[in-house]
Amino acid sequence: MEDIILEARNITKDFPGVRALDQVSIKVRKSQIHALCGENGAGKSTLIKVLSGVYPHRTYEGEIFLNGQKREFNSIVDAEKEGIAVIHQELTLFNELSVAENIFMGHEIEKNGIIDWNAMYAESYKWLEKLKLNDVKPTTKIKNLGVGKQQLIEIAKALIKESNILILDEPTASLSDSEVELLMEILRDLRNDGVTCIYISHKLEEVFRIADYITVLRDGKSVGGDKTENLTERDVVRMMVGREITQMFPQKETEPGEIILEVRNFSLTDPDTEKKIVDDVSLNLKKGEILGIFGLVGAGRTELVNSIFGAPPGEKEGEVYLKGEKVEINSPQDALAKGIALVSEDRKRYGLIGTMNVKENTSIAFLEEFKKFLTVDENREVISVRQLVDELNIKTASLETKVFNLSGGNQQKVVVAKNLITETDVLIMDEPTRGIDVGAKHEIYNLMKDLAEKGLSIIMVSSELPEILGMSDRILVLHEGRISGEFDNRKKDVTQEEIMICATGGES
Amino acid sequence: MNKSKLNLNLDVKTYMMIIALIAIWLIFTVITGGTFLTPRNFSNLFRQSVFTSVLAIGMVMVILMGHIDLSVGSLAGLTGGIVAIFDVWMGMNPWLAILITLAIGVLIGLWNGWWVAYMKVPSFIVTLGGLLIFRGILIGITKGTTIGPMSNVYRYLGKEYLPNSVGILLGVISIAYFLYTQYRTRKDKLKYNFEVLPFKLEIIKSIVIIVLIGVFITVMNSYQGVPVPLIGLMILFFIFSFVTRKTVFGRHIYAIGGNNEAAQMSGINISRTTLLVFMFNGLMAAIAGIMLTSRLNAASVAAGTSAELDAIAACVIGGTSLMGGIGSVGGAVVGAVVMASLDNGMSLLNVPMFWQSIVKGLVLIVAVWFDVYSKKRGKTAGA
Repeated sequence: MEDIILEARNITKDFPGVRALDQVSIKVRKSQIHALCGENGAGKSTLIKVLSGVYPHRTYEGEIFLNGQKREFNSIVDAEKEGIAVIHQELTLFNELSVAENIFMGHEIEKNGIIDWNAMYAESYKWLEKLKLNDVKPTTKIKNLGVGKQQLIEIAKALIKESNILILDEPTASLSDSEVELLMEILRDLRNDGVTCIYISHKLEEVFRIADYITVLRDGKSVGGDKTENLTERDVVRMMVGREITQMFPQKETEPGEIILEVRNFSLTDPDTEKKIVDDVSLNLKKGEILGIFGLVGAGRTELVNSIFGAPPGEKEGEVYLKGEKVEINSPQDALAKGIALVSEDRKRYGLIGTMNVKENTSIAFLEEFKKFLTVDENREVISVRQLVDELNIKTASLETKVFNLSGGNQQKVVVAKNLITETDVLIMDEPTRGIDVGAKHEIYNLMKDLAEKGLSIIMVSSELPEILGMSDRILVLHEGRISGEFDNRKKDVTQEEIMICATGGES
Repeated sequence: MNKSKLNLNLDVKTYMMIIALIAIWLIFTVITGGTFLTPRNFSNLFRQSVFTSVLAIGMVMVILMGHIDLSVGSLAGLTGGIVAIFDVWMGMNPWLAILITLAIGVLIGLWNGWWVAYMKVPSFIVTLGGLLIFRGILIGITKGTTIGPMSNVYRYLGKEYLPNSVGILLGVISIAYFLYTQYRTRKDKLKYNFEVLPFKLEIIKSIVIIVLIGVFITVMNSYQGVPVPLIGLMILFFIFSFVTRKTVFGRHIYAIGGNNEAAQMSGINISRTTLLVFMFNGLMAAIAGIMLTSRLNAASVAAGTSAELDAIAACVIGGTSLMGGIGSVGGAVVGAVVMASLDNGMSLLNVPMFWQSIVKGLVLIVAVWFDVYSKKRGKTAGA
């Protein structure tokens, strides 16, 4: 018997010039986990915004039914009243407030306007226990919790509103594997308690582990959906991209050359805790090589490459040799001047300047290259940028388009492009495919391959094992700031198990 | 595809501002029965706007970088006092006095910038401190007195007009320069096979500019000539418009204001750029201070009080975002002229001072609201 709790029928939503949703219908069964898959820009977010009342009814065409009854939401509050809660990708918690204050934000238990703290704490304990957060106290400040736990607090916040439909938008984007595991467990518990989940994710592996039903969106249309057991990952990828990607990871045809970069006895100390984040790391990088650095959250991956690049913070020791010569790199400026570039893991924060357009973002790191007397020679600038935009196949309406109007994958390409506008020897890419869709990932991998074949040396830091195994010539594994393993992967024959043993600190 | 946009050293927002400015002028012209539109009044209006405009040019760079400078009013007062002491008490050669005063302005800017850029104290605090410190120094060194009158050079700089013939000559020179740069950019773009405006449009654009310059010179000449301080403002406008739009330094200012962390990761020396911008701002405050003392023919302890707020308001009305990264020198100057127009028009109408203050405050809020509103609409329309 199928018990449909939420149904959307023929939803069409137009933005000027774009049809974001085109006759999309979706049926969500009660007490199931329903996954929504699709590339960026496929219309997932828009559909969620329709379902949760962000877009008031009448701003779109189509109908929404809840338990068989037609509903019209004029605002988020309307949807919340009906038990629909959304947990957004960006957490909406208050760092300086306590767990209890956050859980009850906007729904405080009160008597005559005075907060009943005891009742709130008691109630919080109940939910914390349910979410397996036994070591968290209601009075703990949010900022003292890790991202994974914060995510669970966000879920608690939704549950106290007596929501029976939870919409989770990329909930695992910033979680470690063990945290993902915990989240999965909790979602299964909730399902058994009768809560319905709509689960949006790029990570198909997760989707297949947890979802009962999968719907795939592409270009604003729903292109398919079925029970999970009737589908394979391949089916879903094919539906998402509209074509079959047979070879996700392109194979490089050149062998690494001589050593170009060498790091010796490198350590980094956190100035606040005086803990060693990176502990006596030595590594080298060869010309035309793709060196993968893998590690779990907190292993010091990002800190290692950032400090090689000269980005703060922390006190560092150790030596860096570039082409056999010792170099001092104390700022990103030094690094860039010597031909070491970095594509940061958080492109919105560290990579792109939102107020500027594609052209300005691409040229900003090497404006001196275009200097003509006192001015920037904009003609030459445009030529260089346009050439890169074509080469990297960056899809943008014009060079004057504001950079955040591009899709995630194209934004990432702009960040890569800005480091290629001048001669670079070493390109460090930290989580190069985070938050971008399958098609764009494939393009980034191809780009990395092409660059390496042209002689660029690449350090790729990633927490995604498949891409580490698929792309790297050599793999370094970090565990608690130390190198715990090194693998020759030219034949692409290293296994996930070997890497994970090192990454978790086990003996290899 | 390159969008063909008019390249008049101004961005779209500034065009909107100019339209608003013309609307304000029309309204006042109607209400005053034409008095507002006389050459005499226009000459006054522009002269009144110079002080705030000069401060706004410096301020807009600070705000573009995501900082604020609350000390420029006091600093203008202080430098105005210093130049008066040099002149009246010490009888120093005026040009030397001006040069030293400008250097002092730059040094004080260096002081502000050093605290902000290297000691990492928020600019709001540093310059709030400066506001008190510089005013205190002014009261101390002038012993609380008003110093004047100034010698002739200052009066010429602050109050006089260029002879009509010189005005016309300047007009011709600027038209010639404009046409030359137009020709050069067009030639360069064609060389690289870039899209250029259709030749017809280029001609129309040139004619509009020539007419505007011609009208301006004619209006000014039909009163007493182009005011000398206005020439000073125009030169500063030209220089800093160029610096912010065309140079690497200018691009870095916008980048830092747009995203400080990304700018740092892009290898931009943030501390040095910050320091330089505050030094420029100190220089502009000193120029404004000298202009003020020259115009008033004396320095007083209260000179320039709360001028920083006028300068910030001018920037904001001119479309500058206090978050940094968005705005322009042109916009800031237009904003200053809007404020001066409101002052001037309401004074002509004998509107009481308190009403003038209320109206200016409301205009500030509405201007920003309009900006927020149009951005919001733009966003939902563009998503």
